[in-house]
Amino acid sequence: MHQRRPIQLAVAAIPLVGWLCLNAQNSPDFARDIQPVFEKSCYSCHGEKLQSAGLRLDQKQSALAKLVPGKSAESVIYKRIAGVGNLARMPMGGTLSETQIAAVKSWIDAGANWPDNVASTTPKKKHWAFIPPVRPTFPTVQNAKWVRNPIDRFVLAKLESEGLAPSAEADKVTLLRRASLDLIGLPPTPEEVEAFLKDKSPAAYEKQVDRLLASPHYGEKWARHWLDGARYADSDGYEKDKPRFVWFYRDWVINAFNRNLPYNQFIIDQIGGDLIPNATQDQKVATGYLRNSMINEEGGIDPEQFRMEAMYDRMDAIGKGMLGVTIQCAQCHNHKYDPLQQEEYYRLFAFLNNTNEATAAVYTPAEQMKIADILRRTREIDSSLQHRTPDWEARMSQWETSVANNQPEWQVVRPEVDDISTGGQKYIPQEDGSLLAQGYAPTKHTVKLTAKTTLKNITAFRLELMTDPNLPLGGPGRSIKGSGALSEFRVEAAPAETPDKPQPVKMARATADINLPETPLEPVFFDKTDKKRVTGPVEFAIDGKDETAWGIDAGPGLRNQPRKAVFNAAEPITGSGETILTFYLKQNAGGWNSDDNQNNNLGRVRLSVTNAPDAAADPVPVNVREILAVPRAQRSPAQVQTVFTYWRTTVPAWKDENDTIAALWKQHPEGASQMVLNERAKTRETHQLIRGDFLTPGKLVTGGVPSFLNPLPADAPVNRLTFAKWIVARDSPTTARAFVNRLWQAYYGIGIVETSEDFGTQSSPPSHPELLDWLAVEFMDRNWDIKAIQKLILTSATYRQSSNVTPELLSKDPYNRLLARGPRFRVDAEIVRDIALSTSGLLTDKVGGPSVFPPAPGFLFLPPTSYGPKVWNESTGEDRYRRAIYTFRFRSVPYPMLQTFDSPTGDSSCVRRARSNTPLQALTTLNEPLFIESARALAARTLSEGGTSDAQRLNYAVRRVLSRAPSTAEAAELLQLLTKEQARFSDGKRNPRELAGVDSPQAAAWTAVARVLLNLDETITKE
Amino acid sequence: MKLTPQQYISRRWFFEQCGVGLGAVALKSLLAESAQAAAPADLLAPKPPQFPAKAKNVIFLFMAGAPSHLELFDNKPELKKFDGTLPPPELLKGYRSAFINPNSKLLGPKFEFKKYGQSGAELTNLLPHLSTIVDDIAIVKSMVTDAFNHAPGQLLMNTGTMQFGRPSMGAWVTYGLGSESKNLPAFVVFSSGKKGPSGGNSCWGSGFLPTVYQGVQFRSSGDPVLYLSNPAGVDTELQRDSLDSISRLNDIHLGVSGDPEISTRINSFEMAFRMQSSAPELMDIAKESKETLEMYGAEPGKPSFANNCLLARRLVERGVRFVQLYHEAWDQHSALVKDIKINCQDTDRACAALIKDLKQRGLLENTLVVWGGEFGRTPMVQGGDDGRDHHPNAFTMWLAGGGIKPGVTIGESDDLGFNVVKDKVHVHDLHATILHLLGFDHTKLTYKFQGRPFRLTDVHGEVAKQLLA
Repeated sequence: MHQRRPIQLAVAAIPLVGWLCLNAQNSPDFARDIQPVFEKSCYSCHGEKLQSAGLRLDQKQSALAKLVPGKSAESVIYKRIAGVGNLARMPMGGTLSETQIAAVKSWIDAGANWPDNVASTTPKKKHWAFIPPVRPTFPTVQNAKWVRNPIDRFVLAKLESEGLAPSAEADKVTLLRRASLDLIGLPPTPEEVEAFLKDKSPAAYEKQVDRLLASPHYGEKWARHWLDGARYADSDGYEKDKPRFVWFYRDWVINAFNRNLPYNQFIIDQIGGDLIPNATQDQKVATGYLRNSMINEEGGIDPEQFRMEAMYDRMDAIGKGMLGVTIQCAQCHNHKYDPLQQEEYYRLFAFLNNTNEATAAVYTPAEQMKIADILRRTREIDSSLQHRTPDWEARMSQWETSVANNQPEWQVVRPEVDDISTGGQKYIPQEDGSLLAQGYAPTKHTVKLTAKTTLKNITAFRLELMTDPNLPLGGPGRSIKGSGALSEFRVEAAPAETPDKPQPVKMARATADINLPETPLEPVFFDKTDKKRVTGPVEFAIDGKDETAWGIDAGPGLRNQPRKAVFNAAEPITGSGETILTFYLKQNAGGWNSDDNQNNNLGRVRLSVTNAPDAAADPVPVNVREILAVPRAQRSPAQVQTVFTYWRTTVPAWKDENDTIAALWKQHPEGASQMVLNERAKTRETHQLIRGDFLTPGKLVTGGVPSFLNPLPADAPVNRLTFAKWIVARDSPTTARAFVNRLWQAYYGIGIVETSEDFGTQSSPPSHPELLDWLAVEFMDRNWDIKAIQKLILTSATYRQSSNVTPELLSKDPYNRLLARGPRFRVDAEIVRDIALSTSGLLTDKVGGPSVFPPAPGFLFLPPTSYGPKVWNESTGEDRYRRAIYTFRFRSVPYPMLQTFDSPTGDSSCVRRARSNTPLQALTTLNEPLFIESARALAARTLSEGGTSDAQRLNYAVRRVLSRAPSTAEAAELLQLLTKEQARFSDGKRNPRELAGVDSPQAAAWTAVARVLLNLDETITKE
Repeated sequence: MKLTPQQYISRRWFFEQCGVGLGAVALKSLLAESAQAAAPADLLAPKPPQFPAKAKNVIFLFMAGAPSHLELFDNKPELKKFDGTLPPPELLKGYRSAFINPNSKLLGPKFEFKKYGQSGAELTNLLPHLSTIVDDIAIVKSMVTDAFNHAPGQLLMNTGTMQFGRPSMGAWVTYGLGSESKNLPAFVVFSSGKKGPSGGNSCWGSGFLPTVYQGVQFRSSGDPVLYLSNPAGVDTELQRDSLDSISRLNDIHLGVSGDPEISTRINSFEMAFRMQSSAPELMDIAKESKETLEMYGAEPGKPSFANNCLLARRLVERGVRFVQLYHEAWDQHSALVKDIKINCQDTDRACAALIKDLKQRGLLENTLVVWGGEFGRTPMVQGGDDGRDHHPNAFTMWLAGGGIKPGVTIGESDDLGFNVVKDKVHVHDLHATILHLLGFDHTKLTYKFQGRPFRLTDVHGEVAKQLLA
């Protein structure tokens, strides 16, 4: 491996390298020996698409200008590929082989003969994976008796061609354990094993497969595979790594598998669910797939930069996880190997680029019913009022006329933001003059905004708190509920000619469209002081006290709407010229930890001024004002109803009804929030980015798809929903193949294409190409039915083989690519945990819900191990023993047990896990608290239910863990351990309670035995 | 990284001939002593570099948060002169900053500089201990990075890219060289200071490399490795008995199944057992001489950066390939004077002691020590007059040992410490240089993923030849 000069090597290597021996006498032939090298390694930058440094190696004239025939040492081409001289060695990203370099050298030295009749490129056959799969014909096999379904025919044909025979069928217990771990991620119970053994019917195994496919735990197992590619995690990532709310998406995936949502719909919902007409909550939740990207809210970031990072991440996830094509490279340049142009990358990108980074309030089915009930009862009261009041329309018109022109004229000011004052939060100016708060969210800061105005005699200031789809739940605040609070509102004024002498403006009065009673701040905003901190009416914003703030949180169902306040100066601001106004918006109502979700900031603010006397905040809501601006005849019934709903609250005679409705809304469930995508009203332009840098936009592009993949349907609108449908179009060459391959990978450890994220020209060739195509076509023909394909795989003779292996077979096929035996490998991280919990009887089998916090060392979540302090309140009760898919996932502090067993962090899309076997894993299963609790529980259960003799008990415990009975040798080993440890725990020197939790040497010894069982290779292996 | 059938056979042979039937204890010693036998399956087996290397090990002192080059290494009298004035507009063209408006007033350096050692290296008076070893280190005043936010900056410094999902330098090095230690992880990470690193676990992640190459976070008190101690009620004898049972039962099952992965599992459990005694032994710095403890400023039982430096030496002595110490404390947006003083007090003595100690033990020759953060700080002020913002265009790092030319200062920034004007060393170049010292052509240490060969330096990187001894 020692590096030597290539020239010396070429000489030294001649006797050794056959190729060179052959060609040493005859100089290399251009078409045969040189051009293929150029084509493979150089054309991507020096060819038709790109001409770096102006050089084209596919054109004789251009290429010959860079070499001196007969003199390789003076030829630039040779020097660059050989790494002679100071310039960077070519090709970038990997050098040519010594043989290739030597060939180029001798070709140049022999005169660089480049015949004119050589075509610049050899005609290329389209890469197999980019041609849509067609149903292949079945190969003929000799041992047709072995074949149970078409899968076997393809596998057997290959085996026979290799001179191999399949292995015998696995015994029933092994088979059931394998199917159970594969389908639901849990081993079978002894009772399930018993029932299967007793069932002698020919369909016994198929019945088990059907039972497992119908289990609610099936979704938990298969969702986890999908969530790897969907880079699911419960926190934002980067430095702050704040908890986020996405478990509704995780549960959506579980349910999608459980209800066997066809794969094409599964994809459409995740990419474009929100755009489906009358989209359901579920379909909106599904777009959480795209939102699983990380969010950087460290102080001082440019939010647009990290929105772009998230966009790249989404593209990467779709490429790897759905298309099976790596497209990331084309972010910066044309793909070096696959026919993907950079422009095509950005055309795909354009489909995704027109979205808001939104969060939606989401509700469980029970909560949704409650909300429907509130709405229904509200409507009933409204109808009854209208029924009782025949002239309500006339009265409402009268009211409308009375408020039509009752507002003063406001002039919006467009202030400059003092960067130092923001505490790291970015206030991004919007077209309407408002400022949108993004990026880092300090829990306490006072933003300073300075504006110049020509308005004379200013009497009042208006602060509008506006909603925005990019704020939590739409805003208008930045708290996790989309609320916020204003501690103090101060203004200074100075004549433009003497800006250095600003005078504080004394406020006489404040009004707002919402004034809530004094309420202590919620516990989430605790700031580690003992001050009494409250929110309340708008006067709290001008009372000079930091601990009191104007609060706008009207409760669930009502809080996420625009608000406004007006502050009246005690004296008009006089002066002859322009005035400089400096606004201070103190926002001090957040908690102590800005690395958690504790901010209570305003989300989008707009400031206006007026010189009208006695201005006050308009009580009429913004959305009602908007309807009032529509001519009456053009209003929809819904708009009329909206106006009525507000007007009704102003009618004193209807106080009882209004109170009843207000009380109803108090029952509105809080719900949860889920990160989703929705489409922007105004289209965002997409540019091809030069070298992938968002600061150097190039050409403007529109949505489109790469030419080497299936075309877009001709008549479809160019939007995200069309893009979603295109991914799962029948003529997509890669989508179905990529998915069936991932299923295969989950069953056999390695996919038919090993590089399951990449089916491109650099992918590893499929082990069974016809089988892959057959599965893909069958999958689509069966309407993308995931369970149907899985059942085919599970009921094949191929799957049912024993995984035991002989040395001969091992040496012939170490990775079991030929499938002359069944799969055997360690289960995934989550299942390692689930096996311990389920075999010990601790497992809580509840499906879905918020993520949980099983035991973990506390220091992991505190500085200096973690960047900021994180909350990890260890779950007690049933949540302590939930399946590992429900474990809360902090990206920057992965749950140690899962990380040790190779569970991905969610930093980026992962469709193929590593499977390591390390000492840290051994330490985990030996010593980690939940594994010890499992050993204890298994011991206790064994003693209470396992029979009366030690032999019976041992049989019981082993069957719980391994599904099978111990062999004589195994039983002897374990009983010997039991006897020895029971004696040692009885010697009075050691306290059995420490290990067993009870004062029983017997229980302690059984805990030791149970611990051994839970640590066996077989226990955590599917075989 | 795949096993050839021959390797499988050899491993199979080993366990048939040696493993099964001999019992776990015999197996253990065989495994421990015969690196060859364990090697075929072992992704961590020691591997030779591509060419003879100067350095075998790396200790990276990661000063997270980004120390101010202007207060520590890069003396700028002109900056002092222009204190309180606005920077030249042409300097700010296209410049993006994190918090401040780039057009903020310049802030003169806050501390005095002096020349030290035979090499005459210039240092601030905040580093009295480092000043005694300047002739052993190489100072690079011309570092450049692309990132100006912490998490992306730390990722770039560790993985060569601002994007998540790539292997860290320690993972690459371990992938290239394997591990010399049978009882400890090959890549160990410590953390001290106010916070953890901004980049989190990804700073020492394995990315798409096999997960055995990821860094293992050690704690400087308590159990250094998670779940190292036996659970309550399990004494050493019970642990040994349990492991013997596990190994024998796994052996029995190996006979039935024939899957060589089972023998790897046996091996993993035995190494875990050895680690249970070797890791606490490693952590027991009370065994060090009083002089040594004093030299570092280390106090047994009291976690500190100083303890971690001493532990780093002990790890390297035990064959650990890559040690990274994070000290996250350097983000001086405000309280620059007070906090940078504290940081220097917390780290200066130990950094210098580490170099001296490695040197006196003959370890410095093949141990590369790297000191630095993710970027530098602005010559412009943040806030009143006592803070600096993030700055990617110029910053300072130092290196020592492992083939680094001692007693040199390379590179220069301009008069304001804003841009590099001479011998620019980009983070990619630093990576190329570190790999070079470890015996790798950085363009050839590659791993194929997603259809293309990836490397630490992506498509960049030039070895900084001036740094080589």
